[in-house]
This record gives sequence, C-alpha cells and structure tokens, in this order.
Amino acid sequence: MATTNAASSTKDLPNGEGMAAILAAGIGCAALGAFDFLGDAVKGIGEFFNFYNPTGTLSGVTDTAIVVWLAAWYVLAKRWGGRDVAVGRVSLLAFALLAAGFLLTFPPFMDLLQGK
Amino acid sequence: MEISWRDLLTVMHGMGFGALFMLAFSGAIGELYGAWSINPPAELDPRGQTMLRIYLVGMVFIAWLTVFSGAYIVYPWYRAIPPVGAVDLTGFPRSLLLSSPHTSAWHSVGMEWKENVAWIAPIVMTMVAYVYWKYGRSINRHPDMRRTVLAFTAAAFLATGVAGAFGVFLNKYAPVRGGGTIQLIRGE
Repeated sequence: MATTNAASSTKDLPNGEGMAAILAAGIGCAALGAFDFLGDAVKGIGEFFNFYNPTGTLSGVTDTAIVVWLAAWYVLAKRWGGRDVAVGRVSLLAFALLAAGFLLTFPPFMDLLQGK
Repeated sequence: MEISWRDLLTVMHGMGFGALFMLAFSGAIGELYGAWSINPPAELDPRGQTMLRIYLVGMVFIAWLTVFSGAYIVYPWYRAIPPVGAVDLTGFPRSLLLSSPHTSAWHSVGMEWKENVAWIAPIVMTMVAYVYWKYGRSINRHPDMRRTVLAFTAAAFLATGVAGAFGVFLNKYAPVRGGGTIQLIRGE
C-alpha cells in the first residue's frame, strides 16, 4: 500500500529537476577539464588557481569547478523546476560536456591542444 | 610490524575510501538497473528504496572523502619539493618519478590525469543520488533520463577506475612515506 501511495505521489513529476542535475553535472565536469587545461596552458591562470600552496593549482581548479557546478545546478533547477524539458537534446549536451571533462584532464590531449 | 603515519593515511585514502567507493559501484549499478528496469522482476518495497537511497548517499560521502583526502592530505606529501642538491629522493615521490625518463610519465600522465579526473566521480554520483532520491521508481516514466543517469554512473565508474589504477601504480613506483612510525605488532 505504501508503495502504491509513494508511486502515485511522484507519478507526474516532470523531468526538469532531474535534467537540471544531469546537465549541471556535465557543466561541472567540463569546468573541471577547462580549468585544468587553462591552469596548465597559461602560467598566470595556474598561479591564480593556487588557492592552497601545499596542493597547488589543483586546489583552485577543483574548488572553482565545484562552485561552477553548484551554481549551474541552482540556476538550471530554478529555470526547469516543475516542467518538462527536451531530454534528448539536454542529455546529448550533458554527454558532450562530460566527454570534454575527460578529454581536457587527459595530459596527452592537453599537450596536443597546446602544440607540445 | 610498523607503518608510517603517511603510509597509513595514504592507505586510508586509497584502500579505505577509494577502493570501498569503487567496490560500491557494482552494487549501485546493479541495484539502479534493477530498480529502474521497465519490467522489474521484483518490486522494491519502501524499505528497499530507502536502503538504496542510504547506499547512494553513503557512496557520495565516501567519494568526496576520497578526493578531498587525496588532494589535501596525501597530494602535498607527494609533491613536496626536495632541498637543493638532495640525492635521496625517496621522501619526494614526484621528484623521484621525474628524475628518470623511465618513470617520469607516471607523473606527467598518470598523476596529472588521476588528480583531476577523479573529481568527476563525486560530482556525477551526487547527481545520481539526487535523481534517485527525487524520482525513485517514477523515473521509469522518463526512460531517456533513466538511461542518461545510468550512463553517467558508468562514466563515474570509469573515472574512479582511472584514478584508482594510477594510484596503485604510483604508490608502487614512488610511495608516499615518512612521518612518525606506528608500531602495529612487535616482532619476535
């Protein structure tokens, strides 16, 4: 009985909030990769990301990526909460951002982009 | 039987948190796939759903613990700079790896990738736990979203695998050592 009630209470839940979380995760991963790449390619940006000296650039890269991810999640959840969005397009974008995150953190790919 | 303080914390980061998180993936992927399949072989009762929620939240907690302990406890020891003219680099893993062309790529590729790609896992698993918490079994009404979440879970597993595998190899070629010694068992 409890299962039935729980199911019916969430039956018409739109996909907006879920897709906001998914796209925000993609944005966070891409931000991680982009910041890592920029910190590696541009000395000044690398120094900017040195939030905590014992950890070096990694501290700023990851902390800033987390802030971007959470901010994106908040904004998207506000915009998409309570309604349905185009799952196919948003998923595709989220996968592309996730792939960018993987690629931009991969040192040989970063070297390739920098012409090293 | 002795272990150094840094060894102990590195083991806690890699085996205590990281390996536990990786092991938890098999349960998470299996349970999510089962719970979210269109024709489930067995209904998950409310208690089962609650347990899966707690399981996923636990995974998220361990994932964040793994990356933060790695970045802010172990990594500073790994990248410590040796004094000028130092010959023995065993206490300076990064410098030790970079001192030989036979091992330098373990740092320039292995550690440089591991230290960043690992963070994909907690970001993604936080999203996965949130979506399950929010939608539960009603996600079956959104099959495309369900597939996307499962694919992201697999990607988080891949990121964890990369970080974990390089972590093991790095610790073989240039272990983080030092600090006080803890005696576990006195030998005969």
